[in-house]
Amino acid sequence: MNIHEFQAKQLFRDYLIPVPESIVVTTAADAVVAAQTLAGDSWAIKAQVHAGGRGKVGGVKIAKTAEEARQYTAAMLGQRLVTKQTDATGLPINSVLVEKTSPIKREFYLSLLVDRHEEKLCFIASAAGGMDIEAVAEESPEKIISVFIHPAAGLQFYQCREIAFTLSLQGEQIKALHGVMSGMINLLVDKDASQIEINPLVEIADDSIVALDAKINFDDNALALHKDIIALRDTEQEDEKENKAKQFDLSYITLNGNIGCMVNGAGLAMATMDLVKLKGGTPANFLDVGGGTTTEKVTEAFKLIVSDKNVQAVLVNIFGGIVHCDVIAQGILDALKQIQTDLPVIVRLEGTHAEEGRALLQGVAPNIIAADNLDHAAEQAVSLAGARL
Amino acid sequence: MSILVDQNTKVICQGFTGKQGTFHARQALAYGTKLVAGVTPGRGGSDHLGLPVYNTVRQAYTVTEADASVIYVPPFFAADAILEAVDAGIKLIICITEGIPVLHMLRVKAAMAETDALLIGPNCPGIITPEACKIGIMPGSIHMPGGIGIVSRSGTLTYEAVHQTTNQGLGQSTCVGIGGDPIHGMNFIDVISRFQADEQTQGIIMVGEIGGSEEEEAAEYIKNHVTKPVVAYITGLTAPAGKRMGHAGAIVTGGKGTAEGKVAALKAAGVEVVNSPSNMGIAMQQLIANG
Repeated sequence: MNIHEFQAKQLFRDYLIPVPESIVVTTAADAVVAAQTLAGDSWAIKAQVHAGGRGKVGGVKIAKTAEEARQYTAAMLGQRLVTKQTDATGLPINSVLVEKTSPIKREFYLSLLVDRHEEKLCFIASAAGGMDIEAVAEESPEKIISVFIHPAAGLQFYQCREIAFTLSLQGEQIKALHGVMSGMINLLVDKDASQIEINPLVEIADDSIVALDAKINFDDNALALHKDIIALRDTEQEDEKENKAKQFDLSYITLNGNIGCMVNGAGLAMATMDLVKLKGGTPANFLDVGGGTTTEKVTEAFKLIVSDKNVQAVLVNIFGGIVHCDVIAQGILDALKQIQTDLPVIVRLEGTHAEEGRALLQGVAPNIIAADNLDHAAEQAVSLAGARL
Repeated sequence: MSILVDQNTKVICQGFTGKQGTFHARQALAYGTKLVAGVTPGRGGSDHLGLPVYNTVRQAYTVTEADASVIYVPPFFAADAILEAVDAGIKLIICITEGIPVLHMLRVKAAMAETDALLIGPNCPGIITPEACKIGIMPGSIHMPGGIGIVSRSGTLTYEAVHQTTNQGLGQSTCVGIGGDPIHGMNFIDVISRFQADEQTQGIIMVGEIGGSEEEEAAEYIKNHVTKPVVAYITGLTAPAGKRMGHAGAIVTGGKGTAEGKVAALKAAGVEVVNSPSNMGIAMQQLIANG
């Protein structure tokens, strides 16, 4: 789960990670009050959306007067921001952060994440802050330093020194960096965050260091342990269909093709998407109905797939194991009673009770096609979808 | 022979009296698995499915000297269950549970580093040696004893590989689902090295997916140490970057862990990489026929 920058910065404050003074607003009038309350001579007006890359597309503006703060805020609120991290429709700007600007001397990058290879927490730092860290990693990997945290020993001061000297920090700044890194670890561990990213972390005129941006992702598997974090959720920043799917315990991801896919098992669901592509089509979604699926789940899955207006054919791919194929086939028939659709539905059933399942679907309707072979099923879905365009 | 489990493997079940534990323990018993006891805290002293229930793994192990434990407990209790099994002296622990917080698994792995216990999973279908020992949630009926070792990060794709190798008449020596979580127990190399050393195993099918670098590391290992034919299938070519594709571990981040990179590494290692999940069995059949 993602949260907004203003929420992440509040968590930073709770963990004594220095951040600029700021106030989040939802009206232009409040932006004026915020600027006056914060005082100073300029303010960053920052669109609050769950995506990076805001600066390059007008999602961050510097206001030099309270009137400018009002204008920029008014221009942002109610709009959708499209960045390179969003899809073409972008994300809604429902709130704006008014933040006192900082007299920046240097910009750094600092993040904390779970390294799956080392199976440890890992700090990643770079003197090339404010930039896309993936681009830095690609072009000049020597500028990036990684420090792994031993789970028993925890963060050691030498590890902070190692990063500090790489960033050419000195004296009190090293202690300050230790404070930032300790705060990040405590926050990550207390709240089951999966990643905390500060880009940029800045050195300002008085030589202190400040987190100018804040991005936190949380481990979905642990969310139920943290009611305070769940309360930060902003569903308007998330895909509506993906959220709907979660209510029914379905794993769904929207893609931009025209062949809807309904599959049991995450690996097989990905494989089905790949096969659609291999046969010349494009998948409309990833959908895993899960191992212990029921008629109700199959029905909801169907509704979700068909609610995507781009979908021209539905490919159902089930490998029956513990769940029998005839149960799945019955679920599909029940779903089709509720949803009138003339979309071609190609159903590949294999495994336990596959023949019984196919027999149930035989001759039910001209648009329901039972396939016995996955490759053929994918080919049929692609060609039937193409024929409807 | 097979790897890790056979007809003599004595198994206990943690979370034995729960819905999942009961259902799959019954299936395992019907398959012929030597399930000898179960553990459910607070239910010790009772019987379930005709087997004794113990309060702790230590009690169950003391009485049964079980070789393996299978875990069906809810995600927030799973790390505790794994470490209880390790502490009791169980040498092979199979954790089926999906949805364990990643920080819990970091602690489990750090604690297990000091022991010689092996962990399969979590978030996996388990392990099966056909007609000898089924530990997990896979459908027993599709398996057939034979010569192909299967190792996979995905449940249903394992079943695809099993079904195809059964249809080809090849059968399976042992099938291991290593699970879809980013932090997990045995990896591809741990399993493939055992298949290489196993006399019964004639060929190896590995099923990988986007995320992490274990397929690339396996490719390097195969190049240097594996003489048996290897077929691989990698999913996630069409998965968008930064999105978790069902499995917590199936995510491309920072341009790393792509399907393209994994396919290229495996091909460079001489592995037969199939581009359709339907072709795993037939590709293995051809490799074996061509000697």
